[in-house]
Amino acid sequence: MPRHGKLLLGGAITALFLLTALIAPFWTPAAPTRIAIAERLKPPLVAGLLGTDQLGRDVLSQLMAGATNSLSIAIASVLLGAAVGTAIGLLAATRRGVVDELLMRAMDVVFAFPPIVSAMMLAAALGTGRMTAIAAIATFMVPVFSRLTRSAARRILTHDYVLAARAAGKGSRRIALEHVLPNIAGDIVVQATIQLGLAILTEAGLSFLGLGLAPPAPSWGRMLADSVTYIGAAPWLAIAPGVTIAFSVLGLNLLGDALSDLVDPRRRQGR
Amino acid sequence: MVAAMVKRLASLAATLAAVSMVIFLVMNVLPGDPAAVALGTSAQEDTLAALRHEMGLDQPLPVRYVHWVGGAITGDFGTSATYGVPVRGLIADRLAVTLPLAGMAILLSMLLALPLGILAASRQNGAADWIATIFSQLGVATPNFWIGLLLILVFSTALGWMPSGGFSGWNDGMINGIKQLFLPAVALALPQAGVLTRVTRAAVLDVLSEDFVRTARAKGLNRRQALFRHVVPNALAPVVTILGLQFSFLVAGAVLVENVFTLPGLGRLAYQAFTQRDFLVVQNVVLFIAALVVVVNFLVDLLYLFLDPRLRSSR
Repeated sequence: MPRHGKLLLGGAITALFLLTALIAPFWTPAAPTRIAIAERLKPPLVAGLLGTDQLGRDVLSQLMAGATNSLSIAIASVLLGAAVGTAIGLLAATRRGVVDELLMRAMDVVFAFPPIVSAMMLAAALGTGRMTAIAAIATFMVPVFSRLTRSAARRILTHDYVLAARAAGKGSRRIALEHVLPNIAGDIVVQATIQLGLAILTEAGLSFLGLGLAPPAPSWGRMLADSVTYIGAAPWLAIAPGVTIAFSVLGLNLLGDALSDLVDPRRRQGR
Repeated sequence: MVAAMVKRLASLAATLAAVSMVIFLVMNVLPGDPAAVALGTSAQEDTLAALRHEMGLDQPLPVRYVHWVGGAITGDFGTSATYGVPVRGLIADRLAVTLPLAGMAILLSMLLALPLGILAASRQNGAADWIATIFSQLGVATPNFWIGLLLILVFSTALGWMPSGGFSGWNDGMINGIKQLFLPAVALALPQAGVLTRVTRAAVLDVLSEDFVRTARAKGLNRRQALFRHVVPNALAPVVTILGLQFSFLVAGAVLVENVFTLPGLGRLAYQAFTQRDFLVVQNVVLFIAALVVVVNFLVDLLYLFLDPRLRSSR
């Protein structure tokens, strides 16, 4: 796909997603948690644009409110994971030696825990909820960002202007913050965009298992979990949230790809 | 080569030890009393104390850790509170579902992704390339448990061709078992195939631009010969690496997909133990899964060493 195509499509989908997440707390077609048993399991267009669920709640309104929850958890996880991971990566790259070795082995250890599995472990110790979901998703992202930052930073550290800065008497910390970080910020932003998509997928998985937000807070994953019981009678309940998740993640991935091509001109040849 | 192996083995042992410590600390040091959780809020103080003693919770932490890890190394994971049977047997039974499921998913994803990725790269910007790009973008963005729901909706509810879930064990015959695991394996495989297609395409494109490919063509090999004799073998290393890295996602995916299809696998065991607050089982299954991820990555690392001779001397 041409680069501007990806950028436009990804940007448009992501903008729609962001806008929905911002609007939903103030306006949805119906109150997302309003129960109306008389209106239960109505197909799309019969009641509301996307129908109603087993408690008569409006599916579109729940999806909109779910966007807010999904995006806020995803953004918090990625910010946390990126901040900790980048700090560890910078430290490892500038200190080298034993510090580097220890930090990177520690990252191997963290990487051994798939996010759903670490969420179950954390939930057993801390209980389920927003914080547990964020902690579990962020934990998995720390090794991703630390490895990326470390390799990018080591590349920057070989440049002449870093040698010049060192000769001018700047310490490791100042070099890391003033010379390395600004030069690798692009890589980190690209990775953050892609990880945002992964965070949304993981959050959906967690709430599908009941390891995410507690009901009645609307979440895409739990809408899918609830739909299993009614899959024969009300297939729209299983289709709408899945399409929404896939569409949102697709938008973020396309945007991430397009940004990555912009940051790294060598990849502009359609690789 | 031997030195590189020894170093990797030592690193493997250290990682496994650290993984077990992390699990033990999270499950035992964070606030919360497993005995109180197991008995509920109305438990008497002396019953609580008795259960704590029985669970070994009155021992100092390092003693408990050594006891647990020592047991785990010899295959003794303790006894489950809810199932009343040794955890070892539980894990073994559930592995008989999860390992074939994961194996089928990996196989299916490779069968889909390798031809598609190679074809896309060899005809860059052609129709196959477009199909591969759309397939991999959609695959990566779609949650595997939702694909599972759609497969149930189409092949079980609407068409009635396939069972909608459950697993009757391998005693009913291989074919029957494979049939019951087929839809779940497809649900797990499609997102994996999305990632693999993309990586295969990029790896093949990278190798295609190497000088030795031009040399091979100059020597008179046609496109196809050059592709399969020189390009594909050299493109395999990054593909294998990604396959290893993706194993962690495959395991996480198995937890979800096993729940969609109510398969009695390792992921569903962990999840059921969690909902029943059987934390000993959670702790041991998490250890088992994390160790599996570490060992698979170790094996992939070794395979990589084998596939790419340049790495044998360095590191």
